[in-house]
Amino acid sequence: MNHKRLTLFAGHYGSGKTNIAVNYALHLAAEGKKVCIADLDIVNPYFRTKDSAAVLENAGVELVSPQFANTNVDLPALPAEAYRLVQDKSIYGIMDIGGDDRGAYALGRYTPFIKEENDYRMAFVANPYRPLTRTPEEALEVMREIEAACSLAFTCIVNNANLGTETTAEAVLETGEYMKKLSDLSGLPLWLTTAEEAVAEQLAGKVENLLPMRLQEKYFDLPEQKARPLFG
Amino acid sequence: MAQKVLMKGNEAIAEAAIRAGCRHYFGYPITPQTEIAAYMAKKMPKIGGVFLQAESEIASINMVYGAAAAGMRVMTSSSSPGISLKSEGLSYIAGSDVPALVVNVQRGGPGLGGIQPSQSDYFQATKGGGHGDYRMIVLAPASVQEMASLTIKGFNLADKYLMTAMILADGTIGQMMEPISFEDAEVETYEKPWALTGTECKRKHNIVNSLYLKPDELEQKNFERYERYKIVEENEPMWEEYMMEDAEYCVVAFGIASRVAKNAVVAARAEGIKVGLIRPITLWPFPTKALRAAADKVKSFISVELNMGQMIEDIRLATECKRPVSLCNRAGGMIPSPDQVLDAIRNAQKGV
Repeated sequence: MNHKRLTLFAGHYGSGKTNIAVNYALHLAAEGKKVCIADLDIVNPYFRTKDSAAVLENAGVELVSPQFANTNVDLPALPAEAYRLVQDKSIYGIMDIGGDDRGAYALGRYTPFIKEENDYRMAFVANPYRPLTRTPEEALEVMREIEAACSLAFTCIVNNANLGTETTAEAVLETGEYMKKLSDLSGLPLWLTTAEEAVAEQLAGKVENLLPMRLQEKYFDLPEQKARPLFG
Repeated sequence: MAQKVLMKGNEAIAEAAIRAGCRHYFGYPITPQTEIAAYMAKKMPKIGGVFLQAESEIASINMVYGAAAAGMRVMTSSSSPGISLKSEGLSYIAGSDVPALVVNVQRGGPGLGGIQPSQSDYFQATKGGGHGDYRMIVLAPASVQEMASLTIKGFNLADKYLMTAMILADGTIGQMMEPISFEDAEVETYEKPWALTGTECKRKHNIVNSLYLKPDELEQKNFERYERYKIVEENEPMWEEYMMEDAEYCVVAFGIASRVAKNAVVAARAEGIKVGLIRPITLWPFPTKALRAAADKVKSFISVELNMGQMIEDIRLATECKRPVSLCNRAGGMIPSPDQVLDAIRNAQKGV
């Protein structure tokens, strides 16, 4: 896998951006790279990059996250440190952007720096099992809204087809047509397919550029949902 | 592709409402339920429905009142402080005997509180936040699938009994994502001959009102309403029992707390403690019969709640204090860990 100095994950809310950003950061760190991940989500109050702080720290990944993330303050303020990602060229930067166009507005302030350096990849994360992006046309609409909001164009697509804990290899493979259509409509290549580790094992050899992911255990997972590989 | 979709709890409520025939949504944004409004804003215009962001919570609940009086399937949603603002309207809706669906995705309180999950509006929902003698049907989902199915059920029950049905969820269930299906959705429809639909000079006009000039007439209305509530209490309690067959201890928890509690029950069983769980799905009507039956066989109860101990009072009432009830809780947006609940179960066994 070749890497750009900056990698941006954006897309419809709930498409899986944060999980992918965290796992991609860990992947880069495992290759020995100096990695910094920034949580630029100003929309979602729950389930943030910061939930993975311990895992990221153990892997030597620096985390930049809003001061009020995971607190009771619903204040969409970005940390000044986030500028490091666009200014410090010695690090590999990963930006986790908030969902939809509303989340992508926050990216706009960094756009001039990103364009000037021009060593970035901006990935549109798509999950065809999300209700408002059930068709490639609907996904394209979200894509265009995000691009208009942050003044930056996507360069590739990530297929994160999943049904949470009920994801099967078949459910991922069935989205091949969808992704091809989205790729044709947008003119963008499919860069990665992401899947939770157990599912990824079954997809090996059937899908190109596969990124296996480890997901965060949640305190509210039911007993029958716990048979999954977990962090820690 | 598979029939299921991956949804946030809040989205599931919105989609289920649309499938139940709701074409009128009036709301005002507040974390952590804003996805309901966002989903409605995106979908309603495409299906000929109304999405309206009102100027305040108070305005939105009165719009609900109006649309309900006109016989529409109508809803609003908010989170704790916003529900307090709606309380006056909830009382007027109850006093007028019109059906509506109200969603409360609870956050920590009191006051402005915080944005993290909570169950501290149990009293407000089950005992009435507004003034006067009235009840609401209160449904407590514990999964994204139930956010959908109980929303549809709520619309059905509201129309059937001419009451407000409230979905009492919390921030976590609102925000979490799970795969769900709408295949089993059972939408019921009811005639509404009382609705304000225009007489076309063909019938006597209908009146929807909560004002009565004669006290004896108002008293009679209250009596009639409580006769209807009795039928609801008899027919509509819903609950889930988990590992209760041979249980000596009974954990009682609803919503997100029940998910944590289930893990603790499994862990305690692994230690040889015979413990089970009763999960109320309707908080009003409270599953009194299930609790009373459990009181005849278990040694004690443990109420697990995300508040300072509110449902515990209904457990004591339902069981007529036959057995001790202990409280295992967190508040202010914090959530008990499975270990905390496990400790509470161990303490119950020790009789602490």
